[in-house]
Amino acid sequence: MFIGHFTERPYQDPNSGYFGATGRSIMDLGMSNSSYDPKLGADLYNRYLDERVFAEEMGFDGLMLNEHHSTPFCMGGVMNLEAAILARITRRAKIVLLGNILPIWDDPLFLAEELAEIDMISRGRLVTGWVRGTGRESVAHNAVPPYNWERFQEAHDFIVKAWTKPGPFRWEGEHYHYRYVNPWSRPYQDPHPPIWIPGVMSRNTVAWAAKHRYPYVMLATELQPTVESFQYYDEVAEQEGFQAGTEHRGYLFKVHVDETEELAEEAGRKFVMGPSNPFLEGNQGIVRPFIQNLPGLTQRNNLLPTMKSFAAAASRGRAGQHIKEQKKEAPPPPPKDVYKDQSDKLSIISGTPDTVIPKVRHVLETIRPGTIFFWDGDGAMSHDDQMRSLRLMGSDVIPAVREMSDELGLKGPFEVDSDGEDTAQSSAKEGEGAQ
Amino acid sequence: MPETTAYEEREIALATGKIKLLAGGTGTPVVILHHSWGSPGWLPFHDELASGHQVVVPDMPGWGGSERPVWAREPRDIAIIIGHLLGALELEAVTLVGLGFGGYVAAELATMNPSRLNALVLVGAAGLQPEEGEILDQMMLSHRKYIEDSFRDADSYTNYIGEEPPEDVRDLWDLSREMTARVAWKPYMFNRRLAPLLGDMRVPTLLVWGEKDKVVPLACAKQFEAAIPNATLTVLDGAGHVVELEEPQQLASLIADFPRS
Repeated sequence: MFIGHFTERPYQDPNSGYFGATGRSIMDLGMSNSSYDPKLGADLYNRYLDERVFAEEMGFDGLMLNEHHSTPFCMGGVMNLEAAILARITRRAKIVLLGNILPIWDDPLFLAEELAEIDMISRGRLVTGWVRGTGRESVAHNAVPPYNWERFQEAHDFIVKAWTKPGPFRWEGEHYHYRYVNPWSRPYQDPHPPIWIPGVMSRNTVAWAAKHRYPYVMLATELQPTVESFQYYDEVAEQEGFQAGTEHRGYLFKVHVDETEELAEEAGRKFVMGPSNPFLEGNQGIVRPFIQNLPGLTQRNNLLPTMKSFAAAASRGRAGQHIKEQKKEAPPPPPKDVYKDQSDKLSIISGTPDTVIPKVRHVLETIRPGTIFFWDGDGAMSHDDQMRSLRLMGSDVIPAVREMSDELGLKGPFEVDSDGEDTAQSSAKEGEGAQ
Repeated sequence: MPETTAYEEREIALATGKIKLLAGGTGTPVVILHHSWGSPGWLPFHDELASGHQVVVPDMPGWGGSERPVWAREPRDIAIIIGHLLGALELEAVTLVGLGFGGYVAAELATMNPSRLNALVLVGAAGLQPEEGEILDQMMLSHRKYIEDSFRDADSYTNYIGEEPPEDVRDLWDLSREMTARVAWKPYMFNRRLAPLLGDMRVPTLLVWGEKDKVVPLACAKQFEAAIPNATLTVLDGAGHVVELEEPQQLASLIADFPRS
């Protein structure tokens, strides 16, 4: 099992009036950066980096970063810079980028170079992941939405080639053109860093990931739709002639541990009440569906089972589409107590190690992932909230999860070789052969 | 208002894909290019013109019932296909009318190949970067808000569309917006390579703008007027961007009278 840690690095500024119960509406692409305080930003960037270092000390295998633009819920607009710093100030953990938004890069050769540098500085600890981005990202960097999927695929093909084919070579594609591809940097890992694909509900992307045998990481989706999406991955894998295993399944979910149940609830409530991703289920943002569903960004009839959940659909700005799919069924009323509702369906798991560990086990048994990320320290959670949780994860939760993963046979991507064989066993065999 | 003219729906096969069009009336041809949100069908405005003209209303390639040219990247590509369509229809001495985005396409065509054109009518046409103000960005608005802003006021919108647009109308807007994004996402609704070409364009041009056009600023009308050697500007008091819906008779009679012999 590969166990990673994640936070979106929210821009927490109670003085802005945007967050919590302070009254100003949080509308997607509707907040001016005139409220941005760079001194506060400096504190927050450094806080989040410090927390990552501590997460490594506590035994996490991976430190996950993500990227969003023009929004306060994620300070990772230039995620690769944070990754480069982590490459230097951490020693062991993988640096997992989920992910770079390929279609918004007009010059993906820069991205190939940046990632190769990060991989070298970290001495081969980079896990790269690529996404298509939300409408917000297409607007913020003005990438033409109808070509998003084409650009994603072409940028992927180009970067992999730039990493693996000796240069110089020429690239004349549909969206990208280079007369001289010969980056004076190459990835530390051979042939290149692992590529994982994070996502939510694009059927295209799941199929594409399966065709490339890339692990697919479902991002905080509800359990049953997640299972169904992985079943779809497995079906595509079978058509492609391989059997998908736990190493192809990643799952990000909200987990916080604390010293008492009271503290856990208090911190857990901050997750949905503060400046966390206001567009996630239950949070306080106002989504503008026409921005999330920019023209041509997602093809119709290409939606994964996660679309069946109205809440997830609404939270992603797809309520209109969802309503149409459901033939105008009335949406369920929002829950009175968002935190309780999310706790009940395990969208948030917050408690002491004694109550958290069995719930995590339930998630692992249901989804059977080989990679998990605990999403914590978000929303209005303070540094202290995060540090208490990280300590208890290190002392109690991570060891317990490793034990149950062994029992459940959940192997992560670094525990199996390219043929799906257990690398621990194959190295033992190699060892025997050498004797 | 005249009776509804008999009109037919036709399909023209071009190498670039099938084009669907509506055609009615007899007389000198008037070809009308729709807004970015697609052709809503046969309109009273078309009836007004069809009493003295052969009126042709194509769905531009990629819009409505016309096949999408997946390779098209800018309005100029659409204009080239419309030029091919005029040839396939063997239309001569055409009055080419462009509404909003359709005006952008019409202006591009007129600069490239005016041979089949007798007159150009640009109604609230996009295509030039306004020297004052900006062209309203539909990509940052809901469909409803954008269309509403195309009318002179909210009452005018409701009068035409109703409180809530019916599903087929919303579908039309939705699909049209995708095609619009494919060719006009950036720069949004103008082409810096159009303005320099207008100076040698000799087709008599009528510019019609709604005084209350909130989509394409009146500044653009004045820029077209200054750039095209043989252009006349008429501003309609009180009209919005969708002049053909709000003032069909007035617009039709301006077109019928143009160019004055």
